[in-house]
Amino acid sequence: MRIELKKRENMSSLFSILSPFIALGLTLIAGVILFVSLGKDPVSALYSFFIEPLTEVWSLHELAIKAAPLILIAVGLSVCYRSNNWNIGAEGQFIIGAMAGSILPVVFHGWESPLMLPLMMIFGMIGGALYAAIPAFLKARLNTNEILTSLMLVYIAQLLLDWTVRGPWRNPEGFNFPETRNFADNAVLPRIIETGKTHWGFGFALIAAIVLWFVMRRMLKGFEISVLGQSARAGRFAGFSDKKMVYFAFLVSGALAGLAGISEVSGAIGQLRPVISPGYGFTAIIVAFLGRLNPLGIVAAGLILALTYLGGEAAQISIGITDKVTRLFQGLLLFFVLGCDTLIHYRIRLVFGAAHKGSAA
Amino acid sequence: MKKTLLLLAAATALAGIAAPAQAEGMDKVKACFVYVGPVGDFGWSYQHDQGRKYAEEKLGDKLETAYLESVPEGADSERAIERFARSGCNIIFTTSFGYMDPTNKVAKDFPDVKFEHATGYKTEHPNVSTYDSKFFQGRYVIGQIAAKMSETGMAGYIASFPIPEVVQGINSFMLGAQSINPDFKLKVVWVNTWFDPGKEADAAKALLDQGVDVLTQHTDSTAPMQVAAERGAHAFGQASDMIAFGPETQLTAIIDDWGPYYVERISAVLDGTWEQSRTWDGMAEGHVVMAPYTNMPDDVKAMAEETEAKITSGEFHPFTGPIMKQDGSEWLAEGAVAEDGELAGLNFYVKGIDDQLPQ
Repeated sequence: MRIELKKRENMSSLFSILSPFIALGLTLIAGVILFVSLGKDPVSALYSFFIEPLTEVWSLHELAIKAAPLILIAVGLSVCYRSNNWNIGAEGQFIIGAMAGSILPVVFHGWESPLMLPLMMIFGMIGGALYAAIPAFLKARLNTNEILTSLMLVYIAQLLLDWTVRGPWRNPEGFNFPETRNFADNAVLPRIIETGKTHWGFGFALIAAIVLWFVMRRMLKGFEISVLGQSARAGRFAGFSDKKMVYFAFLVSGALAGLAGISEVSGAIGQLRPVISPGYGFTAIIVAFLGRLNPLGIVAAGLILALTYLGGEAAQISIGITDKVTRLFQGLLLFFVLGCDTLIHYRIRLVFGAAHKGSAA
Repeated sequence: MKKTLLLLAAATALAGIAAPAQAEGMDKVKACFVYVGPVGDFGWSYQHDQGRKYAEEKLGDKLETAYLESVPEGADSERAIERFARSGCNIIFTTSFGYMDPTNKVAKDFPDVKFEHATGYKTEHPNVSTYDSKFFQGRYVIGQIAAKMSETGMAGYIASFPIPEVVQGINSFMLGAQSINPDFKLKVVWVNTWFDPGKEADAAKALLDQGVDVLTQHTDSTAPMQVAAERGAHAFGQASDMIAFGPETQLTAIIDDWGPYYVERISAVLDGTWEQSRTWDGMAEGHVVMAPYTNMPDDVKAMAEETEAKITSGEFHPFTGPIMKQDGSEWLAEGAVAEDGELAGLNFYVKGIDDQLPQ
C-alpha cells in the first residue's frame, strides 16, 4: 500500500483563500490541547502568545524590528523562487552585506559625513549582491546545483565574519573580546518616528515589498520571472534568457539580504559581532512560502512569524513555559499552514496492491 | 483618552515622588535572569539557574523570579532585557558576554532598575554592575590531575571561543600540567559554540583518536563526558558536577556557584544598599568550587586538595612567574604574579601549547 498525492482538477478558490485561517484555527486547537496537557491555562497562554505583544506600543516597535530583516530577505527570495532559482544562502548574503556596509564605520572610524549612512546601505547591497553572484555564476556557467553552492557559502560567510571580528576589525579598546567598535552616531540607522525604536530597516522592507509587488504584477519583468520559473523552454521561445534571469534573481535577492544585514547591524546591534543573525536568512525561507511568494503576503507572514517569537518570550515569562514549547508551537503553525495548502491543492489517494507496470519507479 | 493620559501623567509623577523612598529598601524584589542556553544544558546556564533557585530558597517570600532561556545574543537579547525591565523586575542578571552592550543600552532607559552583567567589562551607567569568577584557579588544579593521570602524557581541550576567559583557562591548565610533567602535551580544538552537544562530541572523538586520554572542556554540554565514558578515558566536568554522566570517568569538576552572589546582590536591593561593583572572585569567596575528587589514587587526590587549599588561602596564584609566552619570550619574571587587569585581556598562549591561538 502507498499514499499518492494527486492534483485536484477543480481547486476551490474559496478554500484557497480560507486556508491560512483554517490553519490558524487548527493551531489554536492544538495549542489548547498542548497547554492543557502541560497543566497551563490555555486562555492565558494563547493570550500571551498572540495578543499581549500587540497591546503595548514598545512591543509593536519590537515586532517591526524583528520582522524587518525577515520581510526584506523573504521579498528578495520570492523573486528567486518564482523564477525557479533556489537560493538557500540568504543568511550568507545577509552577513556579507553587513560586513561590506560596516567597512566605513569600522575601518574609517570617525569619518564625519552625511554620506556615511547612504554609502553604508549601498555597500551593504553591493556586498550581498556580489556574494549571491557566486552561486549565480556557477549555475549559469557550470550548471552546478545552486541549492548546494548557496548553502555552503553561508558557512564561509559565517567563518569570515568570525575571523574578521576576532582579527583585523577587533575593537582596539575592547580587551581582545571579539567585536568591532561601536558605530558612531552618524552610522546608526535613525528611527522612523522619534518616540519608538523602529529603525529605517522596517521602512526599507515595506518599500521593497511594494516595489517588487508592482514589478511582479504590472511589469513585463514580472511576467518574465513567472514564465521562466514555470517553464524555461517556454520562456526561451518568448525570447527571454534564463541565464540572465539566474543573475537577475540572485542579484536582487542578494542585494536585499545585504541591505537587511547592514540595516540590522546599523539599526539594531550597533557593531559587528561574531554572530549577528539568529538565522534570519533561513527563517525568511519559511516567511517567503508562508506569504505564498507574494511580496505583500510576505509582509503579513513576516509580522506573524515575528509575533510568535515575541509571544513566545511573553509566554515564557507570564506562564513559565520553556522556550522548547514556543518552538514546538511555531512548528505547529507552519505544519498546519503547509498541510492545509497541500490538502486544498492535492487529494490523498491510497493505492493498494503492486504499482502499475511501467510506473514501478 | 485624555483622561487616561492625565491619569498616566499623575501616576508617573507619583512614581517619581515614591522613588527615593524605595532606595531605603523594599519588602519584595523581583529578580530576572536572561540565559544564553537552555536551563537543561547541565553546564553554564544550568548553574545560573541553580543560583536563581538557591536565591529563591534563601530569600523565600521576599523574592520573586523569572527567566528567559536560549536568548540569542544581539538584537533579541536587547528586547528580552527590555521586556524584563518593563515587566517590573527590580534587578536583572544577564548571564552571557554577548549581552554586554544590550544590557548597557537598556540600563540607560531604566535608571531605577539594577542590571548585573556576567563576564563583561562595560559599566556605562551607575545602575550596571559586572560579575565573573576566576575559573582559571580550578583549571590549574585539573591540569595537575591530568598530568598525573594521563598515561600518554597528552590531554585534549575542547574550547569554545578564543576570548580572554577561555585563554586564561587553557594557559592555567597547561601551567598546572607542566608543574607535574614539563613535557606534557595539550591538544586544543575550537568548536566556536558554547553549547552544541553534537559538535562537542565530535571534537571529543577527534581528540581521543589522536591519542589523548584525558579530556577537559570549556563548553556547556555533557557530551564530551559521555564520549569519554564510552571510550574509557578520563574527563573533567565543566560548570556543574557532571558525575552522573560519567560515574567512572569524571575526575572532578569546576563548579560555578553563583548562588551566594545572587543572594548577596538581591539582598542588597532589598536593603537599599545596592551599589555598582565589579566582582571577580574565585575559590576564596566560594564562587569557584571543586567537585569531589573521584576515580583517582589517594596521592593524586591529596595533591589536588593541597593545591586547592593553597589557591583558596591566597598562598599560591596559578599565574606566578617564571612563565614564558608560546614564542619563548618572557611574560612573567621569577616570582612575579599576573595582575587581574592583564589577565582580563589575555590573548596569548604560554609555552608548550601545541596550537595556534585563533586571532
